Amino acid sequence: MAVVVILVLLALGSVLFHVLSPWWWTPIASNWNYIDNTIIITFWITGFAFVAVVLFMAYCVLRFRHRPGATADYEPENRRLESWLATGTTLGVAAMLTPGLFVWHQFITVPEGATEVEVVGQQWLWSFRLSGADGKLGTTEARDVTPENTLGLNRNDAAGLDDLIIEGGELHLPVGKPVKILLRSVDVLHDFYVPEFRAKMDMVPGMVTYFWLTPTRTGTFEILCAELCGTGHPQMRGTVVVDTEEDYRTWLSEQQTFSQLSASASSGASKATAVAAATAQ
Amino acid sequence: MVDVRSGIGEALPPPEVEDVELYHPHSWWTRYVFSQDAKVIAIQYGTTATAIGMVALALSWLIRLQLGFPGTFELIDADAYYQFITMHGMIMVIYLLTALFLGGFGNYLIPLMVGARDMVFPYANMLSYWIYLLAVLVLVASFFAPGGPTGAGWTLYPPQAVLSGTPGGKDWGIILMLSSLIIFIIGFTMGGLNYVVTVLQGRARGMTLMRMPLTVWGIFTATVMALLAFPALFVACVMMLFDRLLGTSFFMPAIIEMGEQLQYGGGSPILFQHLFWFFGHPEVYIVALPAFGIVSDLISTHARKNIFGYRMMVWAIVIIGGLSFIVWAHHMYVSGMNPYFGFFFATTTLIIAVPTAIKVYNWVLTLWRGNIHLTLPMLFALAFIVTFVNGGLTGLFLGNVVVDVPLSDTMFVVAHFHMVMGVAPIMVIFGAIYHWYPKITGRMLNEVLGHIHFWVTFIGAYAIFFPMHYVGLVGVPRRYYELGETTFVPESVHDLNAFITVAALIVGAAQIVFLFNLAWSLRHGREAGGNPWRATTLEWQTPETPPPHGNWGKELPVVYRWAYDYSVPGAPEDFIPQNHPTPGRLSHEGAS
Repeated sequence: MAVVVILVLLALGSVLFHVLSPWWWTPIASNWNYIDNTIIITFWITGFAFVAVVLFMAYCVLRFRHRPGATADYEPENRRLESWLATGTTLGVAAMLTPGLFVWHQFITVPEGATEVEVVGQQWLWSFRLSGADGKLGTTEARDVTPENTLGLNRNDAAGLDDLIIEGGELHLPVGKPVKILLRSVDVLHDFYVPEFRAKMDMVPGMVTYFWLTPTRTGTFEILCAELCGTGHPQMRGTVVVDTEEDYRTWLSEQQTFSQLSASASSGASKATAVAAATAQ
Repeated sequence: MVDVRSGIGEALPPPEVEDVELYHPHSWWTRYVFSQDAKVIAIQYGTTATAIGMVALALSWLIRLQLGFPGTFELIDADAYYQFITMHGMIMVIYLLTALFLGGFGNYLIPLMVGARDMVFPYANMLSYWIYLLAVLVLVASFFAPGGPTGAGWTLYPPQAVLSGTPGGKDWGIILMLSSLIIFIIGFTMGGLNYVVTVLQGRARGMTLMRMPLTVWGIFTATVMALLAFPALFVACVMMLFDRLLGTSFFMPAIIEMGEQLQYGGGSPILFQHLFWFFGHPEVYIVALPAFGIVSDLISTHARKNIFGYRMMVWAIVIIGGLSFIVWAHHMYVSGMNPYFGFFFATTTLIIAVPTAIKVYNWVLTLWRGNIHLTLPMLFALAFIVTFVNGGLTGLFLGNVVVDVPLSDTMFVVAHFHMVMGVAPIMVIFGAIYHWYPKITGRMLNEVLGHIHFWVTFIGAYAIFFPMHYVGLVGVPRRYYELGETTFVPESVHDLNAFITVAALIVGAAQIVFLFNLAWSLRHGREAGGNPWRATTLEWQTPETPPPHGNWGKELPVVYRWAYDYSVPGAPEDFIPQNHPTPGRLSHEGAS
């Protein structure tokens, strides 16, 4: 009997925990509320299946536990029941997969006109690059990374000279505009993760990865690294600020371009002061 | 409807080969140490796996102490923490679960359950164990090597695994880890070929494939999968070892290490992830399928009822085994691989849910109208179903590509895989040990200690891993030495973490009760007799218990029926052993 009680308590307790627990996701700040909705659908379908199986087991134990003189039924197969259950399961799985694949299609289809913003990971620091007046990001190469050029911009590419560089500072994004986040690493694997955006993606040295989003509310959010990248992994934090258009313009105008940074570096300023200058603004 | 018991009472084919002559040990050393008897090898595998498993258990305590009470224990710094999680994960998956299911249960049960005298290549089988022991020793050596073991996470992703920002990356840690895995795979291959060939070639007369117990089907399919999947890990380890020691660039693009240009260039870190998960996903089922098989037999025996839908169960095992080779990239949805892969891998992953669900239905339908004896093996089987269903269902979140995006790399993933491939298979291991200990030792395990062990372990493990999903849902990433200050994690999550830690300490301590029971019952357990559970399968029909070398005495058993003739209408007892000839008393009608 203890078994039956525990099984019932466990099934109902799990549902109650889910409904009553204070532990739920942080309020969303991007357009990916479709993802949240798909998770909620999945919770209900899987929750129903879990409770049904556990309660069925509890009933079986209650009803068919050994009593003196009892014998079990003899029924090797029941083709009709088995195919009925297989069909039902297939439908349930399809009900979760189909919306999932539709949303995935949206997730990987970057809208026309999304602004490109580059995020660069290195042990254990976030840096950012935005295109300058020409609206284009210049090319980069890991081989070009030096203490003065930590993001490895190609000095011979004119498109890169006016790129805005933010080393170890805050990233600002305008609210309501789609952004394509380009992700790059100069050393090891990292993962750009902002819980409020719901999206995340690994950053892989040697290639550029991406995802896109539209920030839906202003605020200051935390950037975490979500791919174990060495001893400093949990300390690799950054900040992303979603601004109104006006605030964003003001912030943008305060950032330094690659050529400005190179000039100040070559005029004797050390890398440390350049970083300090960039972050102070 | 086809009769799964067809052929009962038909004339048996004559023997195709003569009975084998076994190597007979001449001394204590060849009988108990360098033994070629699969049963001794099984116990050697089991003991070694349990011993190294206790190391993993102790590591899990240290991990939980840090997570529950961050900053309290000076012994655990960030480097040590990453070394602990890496070694805990690798030990549990490879050196405990794989070794125990295939090397332990495979060796003990395959020859006995198919009616063979031993494995077909006993010498290679013996070597398999000693090479496994060497792999374990190399792994343990890394704890004492300069720099300590690797802290790259059990996935060992390059480039960080071989660089200085990771513990053991530039020291001995990663070298010993990769070497140990290579040695393990060599040893496993020797054992694995044995298990496969013994099932295919060593079965007793009358033991058709579709009469084999599901335990054998599970171990057999898992071994075939392991023989196909481990080579991917093998080459990945060799290549990474070359990258680390010889300066090749299989997995290394041009990168910077702590501000300095390295000589690497042109390699692909993602290639390693594909190779790793091409092994790693089948590995999940290499652990799960033996558990599926064993639990089917536990439920059937202790519910005194044939397993429901036997043929469907066999096909589900085979189909899951096949499908598990085309789902690997669901571990890589946010790895930066081509995003269009997501459509394919999400679809294949969710398709696997169908045969898996069928297995669950058939287990619970076996309970329906059964005669359920709530023995310890049955209790553990019920606990397996609960935890496996729970963990399997959260797999539907993580397999559904877009749902995985927010949850990936969070504690939700940690909770999911611990529930489904940690807790659930270990419930089966416990159930199986309570079930077969009487055959192995001739004595029963103590019931009172067993019940304490069961209830603490089952409820405790659920209390650890069920709430952990919600820590991940909040957004807490996995593999964080300390969460520190955050804007999105409420203070109460720390209390929840402390609760989980306390539960983990208690569950760990309950395993000491279990180990004590194993030792105590060896001398003081109740005498079991040859077939205490009144089971049908061949291992319970041996002339002596524990079975001696050669298993069957003078005559090999002959098999007349499937493994699940429980509560057959009209039979004098509620079970008919597989080697029981039918004197025409039983008609086929009973099996419709």
